[in-house]
Amino acid sequence: MSKHDVAVAGVGMHAWGKWGRPFVEYGVAAARDALKDSGIDWNDVDFIVGGETVRNGYGGYVAGATFASALGWNGARVATSYAACATGAQALDTARTRILAGLSEVALVVGADTTPKGFLKPNAGERWDDPDWLRFRLMGMTNPAYFALNARRRIDLYGATQEDFAAVKVKNAKHGLSNPNARYRKEFSVADVMASPVVADPLHLMDICATSDGGAAVVLTSVEYAQRHGLTGPRINAISTVTPTFPQTQLDMPYFSSESTAAAPAPQYTHKEALARAAYEEAGISPEDVDVAEVYDLSTALELDWIEDLGLVERGTAEQLVRTGDTSVGGRLPVNPSGGLACFGEAVPAQALAQVCELTWQLRGQAEGRQVEGARVGITANQGLFGHGSSVILSA
Amino acid sequence: MTETAIPAVEGWFTTGPEPALVGTKCTACGNISFPRETTFCKNPACPGETFDDVELSRRGTVWSYTDAQYQPPEPFIPATDPYVPFALAAVELPEGLVVIGQVADGYGVDDLTVGAEVELVVEPLYTDDEGVRTIWRWKPAGSASTKEQQA
Repeated sequence: MSKHDVAVAGVGMHAWGKWGRPFVEYGVAAARDALKDSGIDWNDVDFIVGGETVRNGYGGYVAGATFASALGWNGARVATSYAACATGAQALDTARTRILAGLSEVALVVGADTTPKGFLKPNAGERWDDPDWLRFRLMGMTNPAYFALNARRRIDLYGATQEDFAAVKVKNAKHGLSNPNARYRKEFSVADVMASPVVADPLHLMDICATSDGGAAVVLTSVEYAQRHGLTGPRINAISTVTPTFPQTQLDMPYFSSESTAAAPAPQYTHKEALARAAYEEAGISPEDVDVAEVYDLSTALELDWIEDLGLVERGTAEQLVRTGDTSVGGRLPVNPSGGLACFGEAVPAQALAQVCELTWQLRGQAEGRQVEGARVGITANQGLFGHGSSVILSA
Repeated sequence: MTETAIPAVEGWFTTGPEPALVGTKCTACGNISFPRETTFCKNPACPGETFDDVELSRRGTVWSYTDAQYQPPEPFIPATDPYVPFALAAVELPEGLVVIGQVADGYGVDDLTVGAEVELVVEPLYTDDEGVRTIWRWKPAGSASTKEQQA
């Protein structure tokens, strides 16, 4: 428990998939679901935060106001957040901060998106000063190529195998079977993953997450409000959104290079490690306290990196957890019981909120078919473009 | 390389028999950047805003590698039709940074391992109205002789 606690009063989602509808519909559906779950009326919400996507010509720029208008103006304060894949967590942090400052009591946080099919690619036109455009023009460097660089290092440094990566997909696919909001609900074998075409060596198509439409929403209240209204849901103990520390020695999309150690030595912790450490410190807990984790499996191999970045096991040993079934529901440390991005795909501004939704259901004991028995503490993690990333800690 | 060969991006690398990447060095703190820094030094302890060009080491070690077995989307311009996959390497340089680049023609992921030595070369990337556009690439340093015969 920390002095920064806020209460999760309700959570909701719009099922993920390729639905071909405007993002506002997914966001409003998720918001109504979360409000219903909380038992709080929209007119009693005094702050709304929307998670937006910045994409050329796409009307997600003012998501807070867009969702507020669609739900019907109720006079609430409003904000909009953009933080790439950490958008949902940053939106949540904006709501938390206002609540902790005593300026709001009940906040609704919404994220939703529609995502194009196939490789994510830069905007059209010639933009020679845009690293995101240049990485495609000069190197043909796609997002999966960045995931693959990290995956290959696990193989050459730690003896991981492509079968280990496939086992992560098999595990997450099994978890997602019982998740009504998951897009892919089908079991796969290691052989299925290995038989899918290689996109970027060593990663197969089924090692890489898809792009999806989807929405997620969270209703947050002050602890006092929750106590006054008999709301007994989980508490958020920490939200970490720390930036990297110079020099950023980890290669990161969409850049050509890491920062140099010529002027200063590499920091003690990588960006991803720092995200987790800040969350643990804020919550006043340590990795040993964690019962369940929702991490950003853009690729199967990245799930293994995250388990180590979160300090749950020593560097280079995460494969062993998968091999022994420890990261499966029923195992010692279940990871991605929701099915993860493997089953959902990416809907960027909703993703960090979807992780919080899943942990809320887990901590309430409502994750039917994928419940981590006795879960008391959960952690989320993700990382996005431009130095963004997040880690959220919840406890029952 | 033909007479019309021009770098696909201006000022990022030199050409000739011993090509090199061109980065910048902060005149205040010595921080090295690639691609070139032109505005503010990225060192939070440094207010530097002026930079000298500096040629980076031509040799480094492989940090990691992959390939593009699916054709990347625009603005990538495939050099051949049908598309032929190519490899990519991220290379640690003695200046303390890692730089990504395509791998030299004729080499693939089977020619690479983490920690192996590679050397910078300049090769054609694509052809447009003005001629052949060139780019820096990483070439395995160990197995050069046999591979050059194959290529």
